[in-house]
Amino acid sequence: MLNKIYDWVDERLDITPIWRDIADHEVPEHVNPAHHFSAFVYCFGGLTFFVTVIQILSGMFLTMYYVPDIENAWNSVYYLQNEVAFGEIVRGMHHWGASLVIVMMFLHTLRVFFTGSYKKPRELNWMVGVGIFGIMLGLGFTGYLLPWDMKALFATKVGIEIAASVPFIGGMIKTLLAGDEVILGAQTLTRFFAIHVFFLPAALFGLLAAHFILIRRQGISGPL
Amino acid sequence: MSNNKVTRRQFLSYTLTGVGGFMAAGMLMPMVRFAIDPVLQKKDGGDFVTTDVAVADITEEPTRVDFTFEQVDAWYTSEVTNTAWVYKSGDSIVALSPICKHLGCTVNWAGDAEYPDQFFCPCHEGRYEKNGKNVPGTPPLGPLDVFEVRESADGLLEIGMAVPNNLV
Ligand code: HEM
Ligand code: FES
Repeated sequence: MLNKIYDWVDERLDITPIWRDIADHEVPEHVNPAHHFSAFVYCFGGLTFFVTVIQILSGMFLTMYYVPDIENAWNSVYYLQNEVAFGEIVRGMHHWGASLVIVMMFLHTLRVFFTGSYKKPRELNWMVGVGIFGIMLGLGFTGYLLPWDMKALFATKVGIEIAASVPFIGGMIKTLLAGDEVILGAQTLTRFFAIHVFFLPAALFGLLAAHFILIRRQGISGPL
Repeated sequence: MSNNKVTRRQFLSYTLTGVGGFMAAGMLMPMVRFAIDPVLQKKDGGDFVTTDVAVADITEEPTRVDFTFEQVDAWYTSEVTNTAWVYKSGDSIVALSPICKHLGCTVNWAGDAEYPDQFFCPCHEGRYEKNGKNVPGTPPLGPLDVFEVRESADGLLEIGMAVPNNLV
């Protein structure tokens, strides 16, 4: 049945070369954990991507109930966690996944570092990786405010004060982040929400695409 | 080995598809159930709302009665005002819902000067008789809903849930 549907589409669109080009490639022995168990360190990039997918999916579902408004944000989070079926699980996935993705990304970076895979010609991909790293931290920072509880509020106050300590332009950065010169409130929450769900994910998709295209172009780095 | 019914490649692709499908389902099931929760949440039947209209004052002429109650909408609780068209029919009180059965606009008693003893919906000129029966040939396909009614201890009209019309 599935085969028939596939053949029907393939006959008209010739999709086989497309997915072969994406999925069908050599996994060299030195990165295959079936050959050398220690090669599991090469899985960390893929695992980072896996957790990223979970973050995107669970985040999409959370926005079905969440509202970025200071009057209602906390109540909507309370409602979706306690009154909606599996709310605790879906929020839990996003909450714990946010930390796990940083851990995975860090392990992946260590692997790249200690195998020396950042060397020419892969410096460019290291730079793309640093960009991804920054975006991930930004996602963590902006997402932390969204539940609008005490912890969120004061963590963001501190974070914004750190940004404000930048010489010369610190004050401007602070106003730009908070949406107001003194108040951390209504406009801060809407901004952080927009940055968290639209701007940073869009940038992340772009950089991830670049990351993966570079890997396919350059191939995985050789054995030690 | 050559007459194996399941090849090594098939075995691997079946088990990988199975395990992968199981993991994907474990991940997606909570999210999908979370998303469809509004369909599956059970609503508890509404309470009666006391209006400020005395049952003794109700006449045979349909009259607009507004009643206000506290509506809990997920995390947002607010005062909501609904309307009923109320009249006396013999010994009993009838309270009709003003929601048009065509596409949900709001009907008015005698809203069209040409039909002073019918309900009229301005959206697509739907009409209903006094008991809520839809006039054939106008857009609505069914009669107006009726509210459950009862009388409070001190003689005030109380209005409950809207239920399908039982008068036509
Ligand atoms: C969301 C975050 C990230 C994802 C999803 C991701 C994903 C991947 C994947 C799937 C690979 C293939 C090899 C492997 O799995 O180990 C890879 C390779 C690579 N990554 Fe990342 N990565 C991320 C962040 C980073 C960061 C933060 C850096 C460095 C600062 C980085 C630098 C590199 C480099 C240089 C390679 C090529 C390594 C080689 O060819 O051996 N990546 N990445
Ligand atoms: S909505 Fe009342 S006639 Fe169409």
